[in-house]
Amino acid sequence: MNKKEYKKTYEANKANANYTHLIRFESAIIFILCVLLTLICLLPFVIVVVNATRDHGQISRSVSLIPSTHLIENIKNLSTPEMKRTFDAFVGYKNSAIITISATVLSVFFSALTAYGLCVYDFKLKDAATTFILAVLMVPTQVSGVGFIKFMLAIDLYNNFLPLIIPAIAAPATVFYMRQYIRSSFPLEIVEAARIDGCGELRTFVTIGLPMIKPAIGVQAIFTFIANWNNFYTPSMIITSYQKMTLPMMIKKLSSDRLATDYGKIYCGIAISVVPLIVAYCCLSKYIVAGVALGGVKE
Amino acid sequence: MMASAANRRIRKLSYAKYGYMFILPFFLVYFIFSLYPLIYTFVVSTYRATGTAVDAEMYFVGVENFKDLLFVDSPVRKQFFQAIGNTLILWICNFIPQIALSLLLAVWFTDNRLHVPGKGFFKVVMYMPNIITAASVATLFLSLFGETQYNPVNQLLLSWGWVQEPITFLQTYQIKRGIVSFILAWMWFGNTMVMLMASIMGINPSLFEAAQIDGANSAQVFAHITVPSIRPMLVYVGITSMIGGLQMFDIPYLFNKGTDIDEYTRTIAIYIFERYSGATRDYGRSAAASIILFVITGILGAIVFYINSDKDEMAEKKRRRKEAKKLKGGSGF
Repeated sequence: MNKKEYKKTYEANKANANYTHLIRFESAIIFILCVLLTLICLLPFVIVVVNATRDHGQISRSVSLIPSTHLIENIKNLSTPEMKRTFDAFVGYKNSAIITISATVLSVFFSALTAYGLCVYDFKLKDAATTFILAVLMVPTQVSGVGFIKFMLAIDLYNNFLPLIIPAIAAPATVFYMRQYIRSSFPLEIVEAARIDGCGELRTFVTIGLPMIKPAIGVQAIFTFIANWNNFYTPSMIITSYQKMTLPMMIKKLSSDRLATDYGKIYCGIAISVVPLIVAYCCLSKYIVAGVALGGVKE
Repeated sequence: MMASAANRRIRKLSYAKYGYMFILPFFLVYFIFSLYPLIYTFVVSTYRATGTAVDAEMYFVGVENFKDLLFVDSPVRKQFFQAIGNTLILWICNFIPQIALSLLLAVWFTDNRLHVPGKGFFKVVMYMPNIITAASVATLFLSLFGETQYNPVNQLLLSWGWVQEPITFLQTYQIKRGIVSFILAWMWFGNTMVMLMASIMGINPSLFEAAQIDGANSAQVFAHITVPSIRPMLVYVGITSMIGGLQMFDIPYLFNKGTDIDEYTRTIAIYIFERYSGATRDYGRSAAASIILFVITGILGAIVFYINSDKDEMAEKKRRRKEAKKLKGGSGF
């Protein structure tokens, strides 16, 4: 190797090393930024959970990230009979669960049924129906609030769970998603095969269609569940009696209750509403993030 | 032979009625619980309630409600326009930082030259605020940003000596708007990031390779390849976020002590809600405001509809229709 060649490789190596260094440096900066963002995302939850275990005096004195020993005491304070008039976690959970579970089951089943009907069969109004569903995808609930509330008053369903559950049958966004899924990964030949074997149409849907679109059903079930569980707008327009309030409504009551001056109690109430969601998210995050990403694939 | 004969017979049978049967529940429920209330809202917007009872009598006033909201100089109109302004301010203040941060993160996370450890973990954590109940999030931030020296943020600021007096976060409206926008951005940047990431990963990798071979730096790649390739997605995210922004309710409504909403964070959705659910039961004007919101959303929605609609499918349909016409003409019907 002569001197010139040696110099050349040396320079190239140096440039390469510089390049790698640059990349490492860039990656390190990005990593630090991500850690900061993670802290910002998690800190509020950590503070709430930690404060739920501290008593009023401790919370008033200073911020701390070390849990204390007053969790049971806070829960006891939160479940006194007077307090239960503002915040009853059990009633809230029960009501939210009834509404959310029924709405999710109905929404997923009927959306799959509608999407399947639109994909598998040929009929005159098929295109019109599809276009209609696409067109109403974006109509916000707030817009028809007045009509909805007056209509519910008229048919005596005001302050009732039904107006929060039944409309879930017609979920345009879920239908849209399932239709995309069926079109891309459901072989129509299977339906014909089932027909030849003498299988009825509804039975074909339930025993063959539904199992084959399970992934789409799973994703949509998670999202419908979250949306209904977190819904604050519709319940607060329909529900008026305390016994029927959902969990988000209870949280609102807790925060606006001027009597609830004990910080320990307030943080404990928030923690009760937030922790189960975080735990559920930790178990399902893989599917949730993948589901959001699927919605993001657009050409 | 037998099988194909059976096949043919089955094909001949019409299954159209099953199609109608399967989509019937959806349309029935949609017409009763969504479309009818919407039409009813149109009707109510031309009426006015006689009292403040939940089921007060209504009388016909024509376009008076719209006039009140849009043209007649009155507190009603002032409040309505302020609500529109607030909604826009809150939306812009949360969307611009949100999209900037999401785009940066999405580009970094999809860049395979960089080695950022724990990408998957970061993605999951950053999406988390989005699934937590908005009511709890608002209450949580309300406790963090309380007015007194006993609330965490003030405690920290005081103990670090950055301020002498506790800051009244809720009394100063610029700060309050800032916090509401921050909460919204905090809740949504993870969602936007994941969507943009999926979109960037759909770009043909050979484009990036070609750019790298040509010696483009990351800024050039970003400006000339990434952004143009995901432009439809960016438009989609922007418009859906704007539609969502117009419906902004939970956070600004719940980020208040007690039940009094202050005029600087009252959004259109809150305005509508207060008018029909509050003590006033002013159904008419509330409905009129809803209709105005509906029109604005409709225009934005039309754009999304256009983006969403499958262009290949439309072209295919056109082609089929043409062919059908040709066939008809050819066979002499």
